[in-house]
Amino acid sequence: MKKNINTPRKKFQLKDLFNRPSQPYANPYLGGVLLGLVLFASYFITGNGLGASGGLSRFAAFIEDLIAPGHIDQVPYLLSMAGGRRNPLDSWIVIVTTGVLIGGFSSGLIHGRTKIETNKGPNISKQTRWLFAFIGGILFTYGARLARGCTSGQALSGGATLSAGSWLVMFSIFGGAYALAYFVRRLWN
Amino acid sequence: MIPFPLHLESLLSKPLMYLVFLLIGFLFGYVLEISGFNHSPSLASQFYFKDLRVFKVFFTAIVVGMLLIFASSAVGLLDYNLIWVNPTYLWSGIVGGLIMGAGFILGGFCPGTSLVALATLKIDGGFFVLGGLVGVFLFGETVDSYSYFFNGSYYGRLTLMDVFNLPAGTIVILVTLMAVFMLWGGEQLEKVYGNKDPAKAPKARYYGAGVLVLLAVAIAIIGQPTTADRWARLEPVRAEAIAKREMYVHPGELLDTFHDHKLNLVMLDVRSEADYNLFHLLDAVHMPPEEIPAAVNDLIAMPANTVIIVMSNDETAATEVWKALSAQAVPNVYILSGGINNWLDTFATDFEEGFCGERIKAEDEQLRFEFEAALGSNCPAAYPDHDQYHFEYDKKIQLELKRAPVGGGCG
Repeated sequence: MKKNINTPRKKFQLKDLFNRPSQPYANPYLGGVLLGLVLFASYFITGNGLGASGGLSRFAAFIEDLIAPGHIDQVPYLLSMAGGRRNPLDSWIVIVTTGVLIGGFSSGLIHGRTKIETNKGPNISKQTRWLFAFIGGILFTYGARLARGCTSGQALSGGATLSAGSWLVMFSIFGGAYALAYFVRRLWN
Repeated sequence: MIPFPLHLESLLSKPLMYLVFLLIGFLFGYVLEISGFNHSPSLASQFYFKDLRVFKVFFTAIVVGMLLIFASSAVGLLDYNLIWVNPTYLWSGIVGGLIMGAGFILGGFCPGTSLVALATLKIDGGFFVLGGLVGVFLFGETVDSYSYFFNGSYYGRLTLMDVFNLPAGTIVILVTLMAVFMLWGGEQLEKVYGNKDPAKAPKARYYGAGVLVLLAVAIAIIGQPTTADRWARLEPVRAEAIAKREMYVHPGELLDTFHDHKLNLVMLDVRSEADYNLFHLLDAVHMPPEEIPAAVNDLIAMPANTVIIVMSNDETAATEVWKALSAQAVPNVYILSGGINNWLDTFATDFEEGFCGERIKAEDEQLRFEFEAALGSNCPAAYPDHDQYHFEYDKKIQLELKRAPVGGGCG
C-alpha cells in the first residue's frame, strides 16, 4: 500500500497530541469531591479501598522473580507474593495500579498535560531533582511497606473508614514532611 | 440482608472482576491527574504553606468518602463490617509514616501520585517510581532483622470509635468539623505565605462545606445499625433456616470436624464460667454472650476456611449468640445441636459416669451432669476417640467462602 502524499489538509501526527496547550488543573475542592466519590465507589462495590504502593511492591517482586527466582523463596516478605509458581502480578491491586496509569495518561492527554518534562524547584538542576526523586522514592516505599500502606492505602482509605492506625500514619506522614521541609527548602523554593 | 459491598468473586468471572478494578483504577488515576497530583512542586509547596491544593483535595476526599460510607451504612445499604478497615500497628505505623514524610518532601511524590506523574511522562515521576522499586527490594531484604518490631504493637481492626469510645455519628461530625476548620485555616495560611486571595475562590465551597456538615449531623441522628437492627433485616431470610435447623450440627459431625484438617475449627462456649470450668470440649474458647460484640472483628478477620461452632448447655443461649454473629456478618457460624448436654448424652459412657460425675435432672440451659470436680477438658468426653464412633447424620457444615476483604490496597 502506498500512502497518499498529497493530502490537502494537515496530516495528523501523533506528537501533536502531546503538544497541545496545557489546561489548568481542576478546582481542588471539586477534585476532592470527585476523589471522595471514587473512594466511596471502591468501598461500596468491592469492599476495598484505593491503593498504589501494593501495585509497586508486586511489580518489584515480579522483577526479582525474573532475575533471581531462587532468592524469592528465601525472603518471607516476597514469598507471600511470589513464592513457588505464584505470579505476583495476579492480584486486584496490580489491576487497579494499571488502571491508575491508563487513567492518569488519558486525563493528561485530554488536558494537554501529558508531556515529557521535569517539574522542579527553581534553584536546582534537573539532575539534582532526579536524584532526590529517586532517593525520595526509596524512602517513601520503604516507609510504606513498614507502615503497611501509603498515602492512598493508609491515609486516604483508612482515613475515610476511620481506622485509628491510619489516622496515626496520616499524621506521621504529614508530621515527618513538615518537620523536614524547612531543612530542604532549597529543593523547592 | 445488607446488599453492599458486593462479593465480586462469587458474582463475576475473573476477567469481569478485574475489569471492575481496572475501571476503579482508571477513575482514581484520572481524578489524581485533574487534581494536579502529577505536578511535584504543587505536592511539595503544601509543606511551605504556599499552595495547599493537594492538602485541600486530600482532606475533602477523606470527608466525602467517610460521609458516604457512613451514610450508606446508616441507611442499611453498606455493611461496614465487610469493608476493609486497615488494622492498627502502632509503632511500625508511626515510624513508617515518618519515613514516608521524609520521602515525600525529598521526592515530591507519594506512590500513587508518582504513578500518575510517570503516566503523564514526567521524568521526575519516573525516577521516583524507580526509587520505589528499590525501596520495596530493600524492605524485603531487611524486614526480617526487625520482624518483632514490624509485627508488634498490633491492635487489629481498631477504629476511632473504639479509641474515643464514641458512637460513629459523633466521630463523623468531629472529623468533618476538623477538616472544614483545617481547610479554612489552610486558606488563611495560603494568604500569608502564598499571596493567594481566598476571596477569589468560588463561593460554592461554603455551601459545599455546609452540605457536608449537615450530612454528618444527619448520619449522627440516624445512627449506625445495632445488632438488633441488623437481625431485623436478616430475620426474613434466616428465620426459615432456623426452623429447618440448617445450622444445628450433630455431635457426630462436630467430632468428625475435629479431624478435618482442611477446616479451621473455632468453638465458642457461651455458658457461664462455672459450667465451662466443670466441663468443656477440648480447645473450646470461653466466650460469654456479653463478650461477643468485642470479638466480632476478630472472628470476621479469621482465615477463609474457618468454621465457628457455638455451644451452650442446651440450644437457647447458643441460638441467640448465633443470631448476633450472623447479624454482624460473621460467616460460617453453626450451633452444636442439643448443646453440651446432648454431647454428654452422646459421648459419656459408663466410664465417664464413674470417673467424671453422674447424670442428674435439670432445667433448660442447666448442665444435666454433676461433675466430681472442675475437670475442664480433662474428662475423656471432652475429646472422644474418633475411631470408636460412627454416626449417621445430615451434614450441615457448608463452607461459605464469602468473607470480608482480607487485604487493603497496599498488601
